[in-house]
Amino acid sequence: MGDRVKESTRWLLPEGIEESLPPEAARIETLRRTLLDLYRSWGYELVIPPLIEYLDSLLIGVGNELDLQTFKITDQLNGRLMGVRADITPQVARIDAHRLKREAPTRLCYLARVLRTRPQGPGGTRSPLQVGAELYGHSGVDSDIEVIRLMLATLESCDIKNVHLDLGHQAIFQQLSAISGLITEGENALFDMLQRKAIPEIEQFIDKLGLPEEQSRWFLALPELNGDVDILEQARAMFANAGEAVLQAIDYLATVGESIRSCCPAVEVRFDLAELRGYEYHTGIVYAAYVPGRGAEIARGGRYDGIGAAFGRASPATGFSTDLESLVRLSGKTAEVQPPAIFAPARNDPALEEIISRLRSQGRIVIRELHGQSADPRRLGCGEILSCIQGRWIVEKLES
Amino acid sequence: MSDQTLTIALSKGRIFEDTVPLLEAAGIEPLEDPESSRKLILETSLPNIRLLIIRATDVPTYVQHGAADMGVAGKDVLMEHGGEGIYEPLDLAIARCRLMVAGPKGGRLESRHRLRVATKFVESARAYFSRHGRQVEIIKLYGSMELAPLVGLADCIVDLVDTGGTLRANGLEPWETIAEISSRLIVNKASMKMKAEVVKPLIARLKAAVDKHSTVA
Repeated sequence: MGDRVKESTRWLLPEGIEESLPPEAARIETLRRTLLDLYRSWGYELVIPPLIEYLDSLLIGVGNELDLQTFKITDQLNGRLMGVRADITPQVARIDAHRLKREAPTRLCYLARVLRTRPQGPGGTRSPLQVGAELYGHSGVDSDIEVIRLMLATLESCDIKNVHLDLGHQAIFQQLSAISGLITEGENALFDMLQRKAIPEIEQFIDKLGLPEEQSRWFLALPELNGDVDILEQARAMFANAGEAVLQAIDYLATVGESIRSCCPAVEVRFDLAELRGYEYHTGIVYAAYVPGRGAEIARGGRYDGIGAAFGRASPATGFSTDLESLVRLSGKTAEVQPPAIFAPARNDPALEEIISRLRSQGRIVIRELHGQSADPRRLGCGEILSCIQGRWIVEKLES
Repeated sequence: MSDQTLTIALSKGRIFEDTVPLLEAAGIEPLEDPESSRKLILETSLPNIRLLIIRATDVPTYVQHGAADMGVAGKDVLMEHGGEGIYEPLDLAIARCRLMVAGPKGGRLESRHRLRVATKFVESARAYFSRHGRQVEIIKLYGSMELAPLVGLADCIVDLVDTGGTLRANGLEPWETIAEISSRLIVNKASMKMKAEVVKPLIARLKAAVDKHSTVA
């Protein structure tokens, strides 16, 4: 069967695997340079983690979901199982904890392709071009604000407008379920219902648990606690007896929200105290950016102080990531108008060589004629031509 | 600042008929009847709200993708779909029925061989049996499940049961209840956040309509 692949289907790429042709590839590359320059100007140093790693290091300290998302291959040199990265953040955390081991706050960024076993959403890619930035070695509101601002600056560089920032905090649900003595199974079931804001199911579930009345009210309130800054006030009242950690998390969100509002007034800041889905290894504040007309978030991140410990150095960490190709599709940026390409006739003339080099070093595109070629220069995308007039080479407009 | 129009996905038939009174109580009247109109997009009495008429099983896909902001989908359809990226904030308490295991009268699940289960609810059936530690073979069918045990294609079926009339007429009986089913209001994750000003009041109005409806009933 295998060798009888139909001629017409032989060229099909696997589902969720894409390739970029001109001019889209050029737009991706332009944006790639823009973003890496942006991160460099904020002091984020580029790292290039490996495409593939041994599984026990790749998946350490991350959730089950990432395990399912990882393609696995056996290393034929030693029989060990390897995984193709499905997320670069844990790799960068390993680099920080295991390789760099700096004492000062460390700012790192990356831009590379990942591979996932399942597409993200209907018709989604399985191979996003992940780009992100991580800040290690500082726990506190300053580093979270910086990373969120860099995430918003990333979207701004792509000319993506009307951004909504959604803020949440892992500690709130964790604390509430710890106080209520929920064991793993119950906690997971309730977590799943909260991610779907399935209020009817939560009501039934809480009813069956027989929690004290106040604790029941906490869990019933969580899926409703989303919206603008007012909901933080409601949350303070609702969780007044839920312990210091919950109130601190609410204050933390308020501080971050206030700071983002003042420095990025165009961004709509929202809070959602139950939205924790998809944050695999996060431990503190979590955030996601949404734009109108797209049914899912375009960028997300959060604090994940736990991963480094697995590599022998517990280091506070916060970071965001997004998919460059999604950004290109959403980008309002139109390609800058470039001067047209110049056609150079196939002639042996040192003066011609010189002017071609000079034009190219000025950033112009010069396309040389190949002996015997029959194509019209205009079909090569040229708008100008080098002509020899009285022994001097000059650039002329191509007659149409 | 952002676009505050709302698209609500509904399926024809029972769900549409039972949802319309709730929508009307919330101030939204469809301007056309999908049974007589062939249009797939229906305008409503509110200029910023329109209805999409699609297949019941497609509703979660439209809402997950953001092609519709909200929708009405049976819990059975949601369980099959998985519900990723979708909120289910309200039980509309309409189109009620049960998802059940049913089989020949007197037969039981403790069969010697591996049980063969005919169903169109493949995911729900697989999840249910594996949760109970039972190894089964699932046979995917698209309709008339009741026939499968009669002709020896399967030992039992997993299907929606309303009154049980079709089961009885074919010599079957309900064995076990997998889930109580009713229709849910579902909302796209991003719409709930970015269109909160229209979405949340609408949910509240629909909830009030549901509460009123169920106290009357």
